[in-house]
Amino acid sequence: MTDLYTDGNALAGPLREIFAVDVTAATSQCASCGQAGPVATLRVYDHAPGLVARCPGCEEVVLRLVRGPSAAWLDMRGAVFLRVPL
Amino acid sequence: MAVVGIVTPGFRGRPRSSGPELPPGQYLTEDFPVLSAGPTPRVLTDRWEFVISTEAGQEYRWSWAELMALPSETPTVDIHCVTKWSKFGTAWQGVSLDTLMSDVDTAADFALVHSYGGYTTNLPLEDLLNGQAWIAYRYDGADLAPEHGGPARLLVPHLYFWKSAKWVRGIQLLLDDEPGFWESAGYHDYGDPWREQRYQGD
Ligand SMILES: [Zn+2]
Repeated sequence: MTDLYTDGNALAGPLREIFAVDVTAATSQCASCGQAGPVATLRVYDHAPGLVARCPGCEEVVLRLVRGPSAAWLDMRGAVFLRVPL
Repeated sequence: MAVVGIVTPGFRGRPRSSGPELPPGQYLTEDFPVLSAGPTPRVLTDRWEFVISTEAGQEYRWSWAELMALPSETPTVDIHCVTKWSKFGTAWQGVSLDTLMSDVDTAADFALVHSYGGYTTNLPLEDLLNGQAWIAYRYDGADLAPEHGGPARLLVPHLYFWKSAKWVRGIQLLLDDEPGFWESAGYHDYGDPWREQRYQGD
């Protein structure tokens, strides 16, 4: 069976709730392998308890987003930076 | 096996005819949804190993053949996913953690479970013992499929199913609690479905 992921555009709605900008247009750098690219090119595993965005280069986790009823947890320890065009 | 059914309809004094009950906020499903936080690891059994490491740095290893040679059990259990589906009467075959832990010398109170592919999940060591947890390698009469965690997964059905780590490769015994993959991203440290411990603070 194929792996259940979609592209980083799946992050647009969930992250718009937190940020005022469209984060999928931002560039992220993977903390594991150093590859940088648009957030929209991340591989988002969404058949899971949260959204898990992985690097298309090395498959390591770049960011995770968990949405509870009263809070969202955004974990970005897998990203060196997020470059947001303004 | 009795421990798994510790919260049975009978235990709560409800008539058995009402059938098994669901934990709060759960719905019943007949299929078996596949949840995954990453690519499915393809682990060949001739390269598979399972390692229990202690707080003192001691390691206990089993090859696939060694795991198969251990006495197995066939628990039939209800499972509860934090994404709100529950499935009743799932039939597994696997080796009890009591068997694997029987010769392990440890003073640890906590366990961090590691999977092929990098997933982790934490739980108190006592929740792995006394007939509550297995290394399961068959489901519903067949070898455990990779999408469901094969060749082997942890099965600890009294906690939300994210604790039942797919593609299990080892258990690290620890003196201090260390949060796993979901536990460090907002999910509850313990995850008791009957107390609806979904998120941190629940
Ligand atoms: Zn990478």
